[in-house]
Amino acid sequence: MTAAIVVGLLVAGGVWFLTQPGLLRVIFGFVLLGHGVNVLLLASGGLDRRRAPFVGEGAGDPAALADPLPQAFVLTAVVIAFGVSVYLLAILRAESAEVGGDDEDADEVDDAGGDR
Amino acid sequence: MTPILLALPVLVPLGGAGMLLLLSRRVPGSAGATLAIARAVGWGVTVVVLVVSLVLLTDALDGEVLTLRLGGWPSGIAIVLVSDVLGALMVAVTSLLVLLSLVFAAATGEDDGQGVALALVLSTGVYGALLTGDLFSLFVFVEVMLVPSYVLLVRSGGRRRLAAGQRYVSVNLLASTLFLAGVGLLYGVTGTVNLGELAGAARNPAAALATAVVLLALGIKAAIVPLHSWLPSSYAVAGPAVVVLFSGLLTKVGVYALFRIYAVVFDGDRRWLWVFLVLGVLTMVVGVLAAMGERSIRSVLTFHMVSQIGYMLLGLGLFTTAGLAAGIFFLVQYVVVKAALLMCAGAIEVGYGTDELRRLGGIGRTEPTLAAAFGISALALVGVPPLSGFVANLLLVQAAVAEHQYAAVAAVAVVSLLTLVSMLKLWNAIFTQPEPATRPGNSFASEATSSAVPGPLVPSRPPAGPIASRLLLVPTLILAGLAVSLGLAAEPLIVVCERAANGLVDVGAYVEAVTSP
Repeated sequence: MTAAIVVGLLVAGGVWFLTQPGLLRVIFGFVLLGHGVNVLLLASGGLDRRRAPFVGEGAGDPAALADPLPQAFVLTAVVIAFGVSVYLLAILRAESAEVGGDDEDADEVDDAGGDR
Repeated sequence: MTPILLALPVLVPLGGAGMLLLLSRRVPGSAGATLAIARAVGWGVTVVVLVVSLVLLTDALDGEVLTLRLGGWPSGIAIVLVSDVLGALMVAVTSLLVLLSLVFAAATGEDDGQGVALALVLSTGVYGALLTGDLFSLFVFVEVMLVPSYVLLVRSGGRRRLAAGQRYVSVNLLASTLFLAGVGLLYGVTGTVNLGELAGAARNPAAALATAVVLLALGIKAAIVPLHSWLPSSYAVAGPAVVVLFSGLLTKVGVYALFRIYAVVFDGDRRWLWVFLVLGVLTMVVGVLAAMGERSIRSVLTFHMVSQIGYMLLGLGLFTTAGLAAGIFFLVQYVVVKAALLMCAGAIEVGYGTDELRRLGGIGRTEPTLAAAFGISALALVGVPPLSGFVANLLLVQAAVAEHQYAAVAAVAVVSLLTLVSMLKLWNAIFTQPEPATRPGNSFASEATSSAVPGPLVPSRPPAGPIASRLLLVPTLILAGLAVSLGLAAEPLIVVCERAANGLVDVGAYVEAVTSP
């Protein structure tokens, strides 16, 4: 239940941010949304079983072990979402530099967007 | 055949890309040599994948579904790579397209060490997504494909690249988040993400709903109307060779995944097929109508891209062997034909500095080869006999008639006609009407009033120069030749497509291969 409420809050906040103007708010929205989905993924493995799998005492009793698969999924998803969010931030920075407009900034735009 | 072959399409391009990135760092002075090495690696790696995919395809046609469990873990935990006829065919087509677009990029001067490396990473994601047998790996491979595409779009784009990149990344990030949520829900309901174990899981309504979330996310990636608007706005901005690469790969992976997941998880459930039929017709009609109002070659072609995705969806909506085979045949010939057309557009853009229709004209006399390639591909896109598009449309119509879907038949006919109108407009504007210099009321000062996106990358110079590099035309001619031969000698490909469709209608062999320990 707690997980469901947390997911609901995060997704609601994320969607609200996505509907706001401005790329920065959209990025915040994606961060919240991504966290919501990550909690959902974790919850899909069941939150009541918490013992570490494979190692330590009680490793033989599958009913008490946490499901390692969703945790691996979340690790992967976190990395991907983080990378793409940072790329969006780079686009944001390049854009604001382009609007700012003097030569130095224009060079930075090119650095941020690739070397062309 | 040894299953380790299955790992090559994923590992070889990734290794090549890593090598190129190392090289482009270490040797800053020798740009020419680096570029030569980059081309050699990029083309060589892709040729290797093409050969491997053809071997996989022959194996699959012998009735063998190859699987590889990475790391030797048992099924259910291991990352499973699997190649059946459909998967191997798709890898073959996409690797051919990657090869030709790398050649094309060399001709337009768009490629550099990093660009080739990014294209290789992108292709890794595509091959992985086509070969993987589990949903979470599909998510990861789709991301591996998308992340380089974000960078390629922004670094190759023209003036509006940042705004377009922002939209493109946002939409795809949203779709990926949705995909992940769907995978999480599905895992929560069924306890597995292995496609083999998920076979027929949608008989449970909760699992069906979770899968629907996944399908919705794929619908965004496949640019199905009403989820399509990101595609024309971002593809119109990318560099010419990048668009060729994107057109054949990104949305096609979405379409492939829709075919695969609906066939396996829903077991081709006939109750929901009307959704695909309705969306297919809607996508066809909206795409083609939107293309009518566009004023540059590229934007006309990208809206047609949307329209043609509808045809493939129609094949899925019929879900008979004939319908699916028609959809797959359409997909293959479409990748070829659309790439040829986009290469023609790119060649014009590079040679004449613009692809805006009102600034072009009279190229037919100076560029007869280009005109021939464009004409053949355009007619193939419309579906004029004896070209490949005709065979695809015919198969689709036959399948639709067999299922008594006459509205779909009518849609195919009308949309083909509208496509013809659109292609005639392009033909007239580019090749036959007089050059803009001799027409009144056409000056460069009126650029601000144009709604078309200015061509990226290309220096703005007067539309006069002929197309400099003959190399530009080589990949275009190869693809146009393929369009002709797929029309004249369609039989072998039809047989392959029918085998692939059989694998979707009866997923038994696929499921058995994926789940066997």
